[in-house]
Amino acid sequence: MNMELSRRRFMIGAGAGLAGTTIGALGFGDVETAYAAAIQPFKLLGTTETRNTCTYCAVGCGIIMYSKGNLAKGEQADIIHIEGDVDHPTNRGTLCPKGAALLDFIHAETRLKYPMARKPGSDKFERVTWDYALDRITRLMKDDRDQNFIAKNAAGVTVNRWLSTGFLAASATTNETAWATYKVVRSAGMLVFDNQARV
Amino acid sequence: MTNSWTDIQNTDLVVIMGGNAAEAHPCGFKWVTEAKANRGARLIVVDPRFTRSASVADVYAPIRQGTDIAFLNGLINYCIQNDKVQWEYTKAYTNATYLVKDGFGYQDGLFTGYDESKRDYDRSTWDYQIGDDGFIVVDETLTNPRCVWNLLKQHVSIYTPEFVERVCGTPKNKFLQVAKMIAETSAKDKFMTSMYALGWTQHSKGSQNIRNMAMLQLILGNIGVRGGGMNALRGHSNIQGLTDLGLMSHLLPGYLDIPTDGAPDLDNYMSTHLFKPLRPNQTSYWQNYRKFFVSFQKAMWGAAATKDNDWAYDYLPKLDVDSYDILRAFELMHQGKINGYFCQGFNPLLAFPNRRKLTTALSKLKWLVIMDPLDTETARFWENHGEYNDVDTTNIRTEVFQLPSTCFAEDTGSLTNSARWLQWHWAGGTPPGEAKSDVWIMAQLGQRLKALYQKEGGTFPDPIVNLTWNYKDPGDPTPEELAKELNGSVLETVTDPADSTKVLLEKGKQLGSFAVLRDDGTTACGSWIYSGCFNEAGNNMARRDNTDPDNAGVFGKWAWSWPLNRRILYNRASADVSGKPWDPSRKLLEWNGTAWSGYDVPDIAPNAKPSVVSPFIMTAEGTARLFARTLMKEGPFPVHYEPFESPIANPINPKIRGNPAARVFKDDMEQFGDAKEFPYAATSYRLTEHFHYWTKHCKINASLQPEFFVEIGEELAKEKGITPGGWVRVWSKRGSVKAKAVVTKRIRPLICDGKTVHVVGIPLHWGFMGEARKGFGPNSLTPFVGDANAETPEFKAFLVNIESIASGPVA
Repeated sequence: MNMELSRRRFMIGAGAGLAGTTIGALGFGDVETAYAAAIQPFKLLGTTETRNTCTYCAVGCGIIMYSKGNLAKGEQADIIHIEGDVDHPTNRGTLCPKGAALLDFIHAETRLKYPMARKPGSDKFERVTWDYALDRITRLMKDDRDQNFIAKNAAGVTVNRWLSTGFLAASATTNETAWATYKVVRSAGMLVFDNQARV
Repeated sequence: MTNSWTDIQNTDLVVIMGGNAAEAHPCGFKWVTEAKANRGARLIVVDPRFTRSASVADVYAPIRQGTDIAFLNGLINYCIQNDKVQWEYTKAYTNATYLVKDGFGYQDGLFTGYDESKRDYDRSTWDYQIGDDGFIVVDETLTNPRCVWNLLKQHVSIYTPEFVERVCGTPKNKFLQVAKMIAETSAKDKFMTSMYALGWTQHSKGSQNIRNMAMLQLILGNIGVRGGGMNALRGHSNIQGLTDLGLMSHLLPGYLDIPTDGAPDLDNYMSTHLFKPLRPNQTSYWQNYRKFFVSFQKAMWGAAATKDNDWAYDYLPKLDVDSYDILRAFELMHQGKINGYFCQGFNPLLAFPNRRKLTTALSKLKWLVIMDPLDTETARFWENHGEYNDVDTTNIRTEVFQLPSTCFAEDTGSLTNSARWLQWHWAGGTPPGEAKSDVWIMAQLGQRLKALYQKEGGTFPDPIVNLTWNYKDPGDPTPEELAKELNGSVLETVTDPADSTKVLLEKGKQLGSFAVLRDDGTTACGSWIYSGCFNEAGNNMARRDNTDPDNAGVFGKWAWSWPLNRRILYNRASADVSGKPWDPSRKLLEWNGTAWSGYDVPDIAPNAKPSVVSPFIMTAEGTARLFARTLMKEGPFPVHYEPFESPIANPINPKIRGNPAARVFKDDMEQFGDAKEFPYAATSYRLTEHFHYWTKHCKINASLQPEFFVEIGEELAKEKGITPGGWVRVWSKRGSVKAKAVVTKRIRPLICDGKTVHVVGIPLHWGFMGEARKGFGPNSLTPFVGDANAETPEFKAFLVNIESIASGPVA
């Protein structure tokens, strides 16, 4: 779009209508009034601020997320902006090239939205329901555990381990997620259990 | 980190070796800049590449990757030879004066007890002499040839500046310049900080790299002080937390051990976890092990864990090997011994070594479950992407589930940063589509599995059906409910044995800290080191008071740090034997005649008398270990070993390949390449614009660094006829990649053992999913071998060949 042209057209169209408003009464002329009206309102006006932590490295920089809609009030909340938290002792408002682009992670086109399943030999994922996926996975878990669980070793010592299924835990999930994961994985007797600490 | 990011402002000298904080941890590196600007601190960078950290250093020293121990032992040797040792600290706070058993010895790169066929040691001689009083025999005069100090002095004597130059390729004058600067911090009031990351861990002797610097820091008196410490710059936002909570094959939360086959019952297990003090009057805090263990069992299984059943000891699986780490897991998968596998926010197809082996292994799974916010390569390992993922889809019979999870912005809870700060954060966005939190997914799996066992019965359902799960909504526990379990609570009221009307612990209350844990089943605690994070004072992780008295850099009221909100580990060592700070201007703690006080929570009993109780309360000795006893697989002192793939033979003993105690699987041993076929020394690294394989899904980052490349020096480019921006093929014994060549002055050839060594740099951010162009990662080339102690893959030093090619890959 030709910015010069569009601005002139806008001024012609808007000028008359705004004359005599309170802005005019404060001493602004028609052109100035129209110009003021053309400036976009500050984009963060009316947004909800939520404190969070950068999801990448372990500096643990504080961030502030700005959303349209308030999740805490049960509303649909779309995050439209993220910036460094100036109150945070470590990053004092700064962010690196990764943290500064966090918004793109949230809205990445490759964010997963639905449970999917790929059948043996198939060349595609197909959408499934959560119930289907969770019931099928727990069925596979139980069948494998029941079949391959080792109650005693060769020497007759009770060892109660399940080695034929493994679990890789993450690196950016919360401690609370980690604890829930630990409880489920360990109570099933799994030992092939690791996290992303080394890579 | 023993210290914190903000504490770096207090240092006199920063050594960045084994990391590149300016690019990988930019907002933490800011504190290095602060120290330089405000304190006149200096920065040394030792790295094969002239990184952005190096670009602002006072001294940059090049080094060949995989030779850090030669360099670090060289520094220790320099300090000993030039009497640059903080003697009062070394004598009082380390095991320098302790005598070692007569049978212990070292020769030609090997310690006593090596068995080549097992690639392992009999470590029985690697220990102290114990006197008739049951305590370690000590020589305060340091004259006995069997004392740790004299053994160390002898051990490092071969690591001369000439040896360092020969092995590391670091010019002798450059090494001496670095050594002189570091040695100056042996003064009682001069402190140095060590900042390192995967540049040190991702080697077959990674643990010894770190231990070696810790030893140097100890003899310089730089541990426990403001501006000092061993500072591991953790790479992921909560990998500290996931490790603290024991999400590994061999751990329980809080660094407790999972039982092994050798410990059939609890008494047997406890017999190796008594931690009796090895010197008089020492704390040996692990003596409380049984309290931590029983309280963990109560958190897991509540009423089902009783004194009569050894607190449900048999509910825990027993370990029959050292660990079922990632490498062993994929080896077993490759052998067809694993049927099902879960990946929670993890992309192993790009993250582990030897990608060809990984693809074959994943293809043998019956089923694979992915939980991730992003569409990862691992989830689509079966999908053909031409040269970028050339697989036979039809013949891959694995059933794959891809479960969409929320990301940080849609999730509430705590993350533990590198400085051990547990910082609470809040969800602010609505998840896309049907994405669910990982807690919900795990709860659903757990509850549905439990329901199947309740309905059908099956093999040993007890630990599953009796698992404590007292959440308001069992299908979706809240982060607060889970955090409270980690902190722990009182299960039964405890009264004073002397006065039953006096209540010590009240049933139902949150525990104040781990100090009140008990081994009689009256307390439950998910992770003892996290106890105090969410007590009766509330959620301490959510605290946001950023006051910092006297600008000490401590920030004790911001969030909460483990253990006990302590900000600098071993902080008792910041004061001399009598309790006076080594540097009064950087006081951390001080003994006031009756108690310890200062800016931090004392890392010792608050009334522990300074001349009696030594600072390192987590060791049975009370002191820090220059000699590691039997605790390190390859020896009590670090030895220079070449990487498994190296351009030169081991200069100490040419018969030794790699780390002699590292585990190597048979097929992988056969896949090591040698310098004749693969003459160039390759290494992997991160770019500042990208985070692993995540940010290639982000438009901005994918625009900033859109395309895979390899980085080589001008000399190699000239030798191989490679033009800047031209296509090259890089290959190892295990795979081949095609890339654009970036030719720079940042990488220069090194002269090692009389031979010119060219370094090839391979960044790690590309795959076949996301916004960036398709590419490869270093893991298509790297060897399948890990550190002897931690099994961290050797990503930082391997061999490749390189040639110029006409055009790029066909998608």
